[in-house]
Amino acid sequence: MFYAKKTLNHIDMDVLTSNLEEIEIQLLLEGIYQYYGFDFRNYARSSLKRRIRKILTAEDLEHISALQDRILHNPDCFKRFLLSVTVNVTSMFRDPSFFLAFRHKVVPLLRTYPYVRLWHAGCSEGQEVYSMAILLQEEGLYDRCRIYATDTNELVLKHAKKAIYPLELMQQYTQLYQQAGGKHSFSEYYTAAYGSAILRSSLKDNIIFSQHNLATDRSFNEFHVIVCRNVLIYFNPTLQKQVHQLFHDSLCMFGILALGKQESLRLSPFQTEYEPIAKSEKIYRRLS
Amino acid sequence: MKPQLIVMGASLGGLIALSQLLQRLGPAFNIPIAIVQHRHRDSKDSVIDFLQRSTSLKVKEVEDQDKITNGWVYLAPANYHLLVEPGYFALSVDEPVSFARPSIDVLFESAAEVYGPATIGIILTGANHDGATGAVALKARGGTVIVQDPATAESAVMPEAVLTRNAADWIMPVPQIAEWLNRFSV
Ligand SMILES: C[S@@+](CC[C@H](N)C(=O)[O-])C[C@H]1O[C@@H](n2cnc3c(N)ncnc32)[C@H](O)[C@@H]1O
Repeated sequence: MFYAKKTLNHIDMDVLTSNLEEIEIQLLLEGIYQYYGFDFRNYARSSLKRRIRKILTAEDLEHISALQDRILHNPDCFKRFLLSVTVNVTSMFRDPSFFLAFRHKVVPLLRTYPYVRLWHAGCSEGQEVYSMAILLQEEGLYDRCRIYATDTNELVLKHAKKAIYPLELMQQYTQLYQQAGGKHSFSEYYTAAYGSAILRSSLKDNIIFSQHNLATDRSFNEFHVIVCRNVLIYFNPTLQKQVHQLFHDSLCMFGILALGKQESLRLSPFQTEYEPIAKSEKIYRRLS
Repeated sequence: MKPQLIVMGASLGGLIALSQLLQRLGPAFNIPIAIVQHRHRDSKDSVIDFLQRSTSLKVKEVEDQDKITNGWVYLAPANYHLLVEPGYFALSVDEPVSFARPSIDVLFESAAEVYGPATIGIILTGANHDGATGAVALKARGGTVIVQDPATAESAVMPEAVLTRNAADWIMPVPQIAEWLNRFSV
């Protein structure tokens, strides 16, 4: 409900321009959705706005409506938009206490299944997925697992499939791996070459990477485990609810749902459908 | 106008300053407070416990979608930006801003956009410039900016950065800031 009232000269120009920006953002997102099919309309506005402004600066444009023009008429510009608007910051064994809890609380449950399907939604450049693969290998479970790793952003998926990361990150990853309860030496999992660390290829064996958009795509299988960390924080309450519905529909009975450290089921309508398994690590189990 | 949200930023020396401030707020203080305190990524509960000991208000680390409620003091979690949406908080793991995550600028700018003139921003002690840009943005949206008197700050750099940008409405030592805030909560 943003409109400039008649008494323009009495209007606080700061408030007015902020409303105009809001309108421009809505138009931009609507245009992108209608033309390219990517739906950012229900992303959390505060952080989305920051990123759009950053893109505006990078594209050297003044107004969001000019950015809209460029994005709609220039697919390369849209690609750049996509890359900077989805936040791909990730790490191996991010929040090691999560992986530790997964090892102790979830792995024993998974041992009772002959076959385990996991879904990493919003897997970014793959570090989280390979961390899980390492954990499952060490627990002797990997052979009967299949991991579906999805993201909306094809560029990060391409990166993820390669499993090559900057060598200088390995020191930090090694520390996190140890804190996560790693059983071996982390250096066993990669080969160093030309400033890069190439992950052991056996880790890739049971991982399938594919594009999937949580905002617009449907459930595509039934899973024993869904891991979706630091993705829902980018969605507004409406979209979060919708995605929780999707997860609920995609989990088998007693399936495990793992969220990010500062995310929770607390405000979702599905709160009563799950029980916490490791509450502070945001690991839940579907009740029925 | 009664303020609807108080945002605070602190860095080096901030925990002491924050606890001194919270300690002096009335027990029925009823404006929500959101804090970014720069800290090491692994520290967690100890900070909450420390601040909780200084106040009868409830102190918590923000989880995504937490409602902004009177009587609460909200602390940005380590390694996440804290942002304000209408009536609730959001988090992000976007890149650090001026080397900081959480960033004071990010909190102040998003609070300014949502609550505008109903926002009070407070910059306490710190050894970097985080918060200065946020304070400018807050002032531009009609909010009120208070800066800890640099002479009383463990590190004067952060308060002074705000003063240099001409973004402060008030300069006060911590006890006086608390007194000033208490007037709104009767
Ligand atoms: C901050 S990363 C989280 C990566 C990893 N899960 C972690 O916690 O380290 C967020 C990821 O969510 C993806 N994402 C954003 N919107 C999405 C959507 N609608 N559907 C699927 N993935 C999405 C982004 O492309 C990005 O790779």
